Amino acid sequence: MTTGEITIDDLRATLRQAAGQDEATDLDGDIFDVTFADLGYDSLALLETAARIERERGIRLADSTIVEAQTPRALLAAINAQLVLA
Amino acid sequence: MTVAVVTGLGVTSPNGLGVDNFWSAARGGANAIAEIERFDASGYPAKLAGEVRGFVADEHLPSRLIPQTDRMTQLALVAADWALDDAGVRPEQWPEFDMGVVTASSSGGFEFGQGELKNLWSKGGQYVSAYQSFAWFYAVNTGQISIRHGMRGAGSVVVSGQSGGLDAIAHARRQVRKGAGLVVSGGMDGSICPWGWVAQLGSGMVSSATDENRAYLPFDLRAAGHVPAEGGAMLIVEDAQRARARGARVYGVIAGYGSTFDPKPGAGREPGLRRAIEIALADAGMEAADIDVVFADGAAIPELDSVEAAAIRDVFGAAGVPVTAPKTMTGRLCSGAAPLDVAAALLAIRDGVIPPTVNVVPADGYDLDLVTTTARNATIDAALVLARGYGGFNSAMVVCRSAD
Repeated sequence: MTTGEITIDDLRATLRQAAGQDEATDLDGDIFDVTFADLGYDSLALLETAARIERERGIRLADSTIVEAQTPRALLAAINAQLVLA
Repeated sequence: MTVAVVTGLGVTSPNGLGVDNFWSAARGGANAIAEIERFDASGYPAKLAGEVRGFVADEHLPSRLIPQTDRMTQLALVAADWALDDAGVRPEQWPEFDMGVVTASSSGGFEFGQGELKNLWSKGGQYVSAYQSFAWFYAVNTGQISIRHGMRGAGSVVVSGQSGGLDAIAHARRQVRKGAGLVVSGGMDGSICPWGWVAQLGSGMVSSATDENRAYLPFDLRAAGHVPAEGGAMLIVEDAQRARARGARVYGVIAGYGSTFDPKPGAGREPGLRRAIEIALADAGMEAADIDVVFADGAAIPELDSVEAAAIRDVFGAAGVPVTAPKTMTGRLCSGAAPLDVAAALLAIRDGVIPPTVNVVPADGYDLDLVTTTARNATIDAALVLARGYGGFNSAMVVCRSAD
């Protein structure tokens, strides 16, 4: 199991693995506050991404937490909050 | 009534990716049946299949679509892209509710589903892909094509085994008659994976032969089952007037269609295939003499071959029409088979050539004029395509040369 805080680069890598990358977006740019919708990811893409992070980190996130986190900053905050508790 | 025409073809067949490769292989009698490479089939009673080789999804589709799609959906998306391109259609220039999608499916995304079942049982539910929710589903090809091209008009899937390939195209014609400007239609299947293989073996109709030239021999005394295959074809079906107005090249008209269901086994009544042919001819306003070639279903089960030969004889007379089964080169593509035959029939009309039924020595008793070994040149204005689905489905479709 991977430990430590999850970074934006970890999230980028997991998004690419789980759901690919929209050709029209620059995932490597400053995406902290870009909405997942604008990055080309729908709720299923986020559920699949979150499931992979949960498996790697040994945490559980509520589906509502995942869907309500509209930006990478919000999702990272939710995940890292769980990691502190884990 | 509105005339529905075919203006674009997209083919992913075991014997060719793309219309030109497929058609040149089919005319040349190239057999694509071979030992299975997609999984280790050495422990199974059947080891031959018609696989689509050399298809790399990443080369054709955006990375967003790869993790969420089964192989048969990847094939369907690419065939749809090619068909639209062939038709000169740029979907972004069309009103989105003017375009629909009607595909056939017989198994859904088996290979994807197998992978996720394996994850479930070996690792646990949290390892099952979120995309399993739809990637296995019969309607997924229709949905993915619709989303990719913004086609928000009528969308449906027809599930009736091999005959579904014709039933879907007939439903596309129905949608065009109701006012749709364009419908992407056809069928794509592919379940050459252990789970899909076992499901197909369960029919008891799969050939266990190991010689690729003797494995699938419809209308032959040696017939002992078929070889399963993957792939299919997508067609662009349009309103003839509107196609003409935009200057589209027309392959041909979907002129007639009929479908029937067989009586209960043991009922002692005639199977439904002959009636399906007659309904299709009547729907096309044609007589038997108007048909220049029949693309047979070619089950390669003696009893079913006998039923098909009798139906063709009853309608056309003994050796009364050239008959061919080019699927002897590919195996049976489930719901993809008939759309591929419709594509071949339209190309036969265009080029005046009937692709052959390879490897088959026709049994005398069937009294069919089977085009064997090599292609036959002939003027073809109208073709009849037959397809039967497991469990009693019969469908027949007439396609013909466009009047203008």
